Amino acid sequence: MSQYVLRRLLIAVPSLLAISLVLFVVLALAPGDPFSELATNPNVPPEVQAALRAKFGLDDPIYLRYLHWLNAMLHGDWGFSFVSRMNVDTLILQRLPATLYVIGSAQILALLIAIPVGVYAATRPYSLFDQIANTLAFVGFSLPTFFTGILFILIFSVTLDWLPFVYTTDIKATGIRWVLEMIRQAIMPVAVLGLFQAASMTRFVRSAMLDVIRLDYVTTARAKGLGQATVIVKHVMRNAMIPVVTLIALQMPAVFGGAIVTEQIFRIPGIGSLLISSILSNDTPVVMAVTFVFACLVVLFNLIADVLYGWLDPRISLR
Amino acid sequence: MLDKELRSMIGQVKDGRMDRRAFVKRLAAVGLTAPLANQLLALGGVAMAQSPAVYKPTKRGGGGPLKVLWWQGPTLLNPHFATGTKDQDGSRVFYEPLASWDADGNLNPILAAEIPSVANGGLAADAKSVVWKIKPGVKWHDGKPLTADDFVFTWQYASDPATAAVSISTYGDITVEKVSDLSIRILFKTPTPFWANAFVGAYGCVIPKHLFADYKGSKSREAPNNLSPVGTGPYKFVEFKPGDVVRGELNPDYHMPNRPHFDTIEMKGGGDAVSAARAVIQTGEFDFAWNMQVEDDVLLRLEKGGKGKTVYATGGDIEFIAINFTDPNVEIDGERSSIKTKHPILSDPNVRKALALLVDRESVKKAIYGRAGRTTANYLNGPEKFVSKNTSWEFNVEKASKMLDDAGWKVGADGIREKDGKKFKLLYQTSTNGPRQKTQAIVKQACQKAGIDVELKSVVASVFFSSDVANPDTYPKFYADIEEFQIPMTQPDPALHMRRYISANVATKENKWQGQNFPRYVNKEYDDAIAAAETETDPVKRAALYIKCNDLLWQDTVFIPVMHRLLVDACSNTLRPALSGWANRTDNIQDWYREA
Repeated sequence: MSQYVLRRLLIAVPSLLAISLVLFVVLALAPGDPFSELATNPNVPPEVQAALRAKFGLDDPIYLRYLHWLNAMLHGDWGFSFVSRMNVDTLILQRLPATLYVIGSAQILALLIAIPVGVYAATRPYSLFDQIANTLAFVGFSLPTFFTGILFILIFSVTLDWLPFVYTTDIKATGIRWVLEMIRQAIMPVAVLGLFQAASMTRFVRSAMLDVIRLDYVTTARAKGLGQATVIVKHVMRNAMIPVVTLIALQMPAVFGGAIVTEQIFRIPGIGSLLISSILSNDTPVVMAVTFVFACLVVLFNLIADVLYGWLDPRISLR
Repeated sequence: MLDKELRSMIGQVKDGRMDRRAFVKRLAAVGLTAPLANQLLALGGVAMAQSPAVYKPTKRGGGGPLKVLWWQGPTLLNPHFATGTKDQDGSRVFYEPLASWDADGNLNPILAAEIPSVANGGLAADAKSVVWKIKPGVKWHDGKPLTADDFVFTWQYASDPATAAVSISTYGDITVEKVSDLSIRILFKTPTPFWANAFVGAYGCVIPKHLFADYKGSKSREAPNNLSPVGTGPYKFVEFKPGDVVRGELNPDYHMPNRPHFDTIEMKGGGDAVSAARAVIQTGEFDFAWNMQVEDDVLLRLEKGGKGKTVYATGGDIEFIAINFTDPNVEIDGERSSIKTKHPILSDPNVRKALALLVDRESVKKAIYGRAGRTTANYLNGPEKFVSKNTSWEFNVEKASKMLDDAGWKVGADGIREKDGKKFKLLYQTSTNGPRQKTQAIVKQACQKAGIDVELKSVVASVFFSSDVANPDTYPKFYADIEEFQIPMTQPDPALHMRRYISANVATKENKWQGQNFPRYVNKEYDDAIAAAETETDPVKRAALYIKCNDLLWQDTVFIPVMHRLLVDACSNTLRPALSGWANRTDNIQDWYREA
């Protein structure tokens, strides 16, 4: 098992290097300039723009800039934001809690809905419950989050005036009130994101369960006289979970990406909105760092998925 | 008018025969901005008017929290690094200048004990120096006293090219010396009628010497206080998350009585303008939202039965269509739109005039800007009731068609005009932005009626406004026949605004397109007027010269002004913000209060 994990880790290193190179080149070739806001300002002489470009190394050739970046990165230096002149790691760490809280909650909500509903629907295929669950799932993943987000705001904030739609990082309250406020302001974004995720996941859990539920060993287990609950939980679910784990693991980084829209709508100061604003202001070091973090997440979750396979089905790690 | 009449008017104000408001209005009518008019008065020996006291609270604090939304949140809090107004606005909550501009264009003292004038000995008669007296007893947020040394240091800091401060053009050409602990003298190299630039307004914020002394020049980025400001302002710094939130709390030692009114301030960033308007006007979650670049009918809809409204401030921002005087389709020495070429169609002044007749400002205002814009024929726009006597605009397709006929452009078989076998085709570019694309459509329609084939192009704003030399789509390269955007008037004086278009400033390959004269307008008369204005010690003559410059741009149709744009914000019904079109939104933040 440990050898298997080690092998996977070694593959991860060159892939990350390649990803970073591609990202860097793409960003360097992309048009735009972090000091564009200065360009129309007659108060700012062109010399200052030129001095800033030179100071931040924007006029160096691409390969030099990449080597600088790689070298700094290996020393744990993530660079600094051109726009806020602040270290990128500080910037990301500031944004991480909100992202983890909202996206983590949304993901948990999605799992809490998808697994029971998917499993129950699979045990009674084409029943009324299954039909309703399927219909809702189709509706759920056909509606984009920017649509449901604005719909929720119009219903719950504007019309009913129940929930705030601007997310605040520092609520001025303590103890239980703080907790309640934190929950209150997260309800809409978590619901929007969680329901969207739950919809596709439910479909996936259901079909994975259906694949396994018809296998001979399940019939054998039933024939031995085991109860329905035991058969489903111990025998069917464990095997059906392998493709589901793949889906969830591979979806994790995508969730961070998909949350960009939700973060913009509800003004959640998360990684996604940081990425958007950095792209808009051509703040390359931040864009580079955030996209690289996403790349690392993809690699990391793949690794976790691989390890989980080994645990769910020991045969996989032996190959 | 000008010279003699102006002089007699100044005399009248001085003797009390004319009130200063009337004077400002009359100057506005000939295209002079209110701040400039007031500076003229100051130089003429009349003291600046103090803004009328509108501030009502009778004690410090007690106003609860002030929550404001900036849909582009501040990304840094050092006013001398501030790349956009959002950063200047965030910094200004903590840092202060000597004075700021109010809505009428008067200087409002903040850290200054008084506004310099000839009468109080602050202004030198030769316009080559100004003495500012600093208010005594002002303390930095950390308790250290504010002295003249801080001002001298701020000048040294900002004027050092290695610091790479964006305020360098304000401080680079002056010398600041300490007169006493509480007064400084600013020395100008040449006579400078517009003396209220350094230490005034957005770039005027003074920073503490004791915290920044070690971070001057190339080490400027490392200063820990770049992110945790220590200023003299009404609010003390609490927390800053770039792009997300800036928080401050009441400064109990603030130097103005009964101010500030609010106990805390929170400036939240992110999102978009429409939802910011919604959070202020519809749900009332926030008190104020900055810069509502939203079509007017959307705002009108939100305002119905809302908890807030939109508020307007008039400045000098101008949305215009610029005309390319050079040929964008011919390459000379690897350079398109080279100054060595002439535009095959638009170099004919009558054709440019005809084109100006095809821009229907009234429709653009109706369909897009609504309350947020005023139609204008001028590039240089004054405050409030600006109507130039010398210029006018008109929308008239028939007249334009006739002018084009006379210029030899006859309508061809396909309905497009042609001359000597050449079709009348124009490429019209602008940045990607809803209102601009709508304006393009309106102009294109009128042009079609007149037999002009207009091709529209829009470029992503981050590229269009970029200084990236490698990019062909930037506005200074101007590889199109006409282009539209807005130039904000960041300073209530026309000097910088108008200097851009002298022939020495033509954007070329040689200066890496950093020259700001992007229409490539070359007119000796214009150059001479600007040069004369810049060496003119007499402010009255200087003013007349800038009016002449505006009129030259109009006569030669260098720009087709589309809209004089106002600053639009959303504001709760109870909040009383102190806004000025000549300043940033937060420039008078100490005077904001809530009506009980």
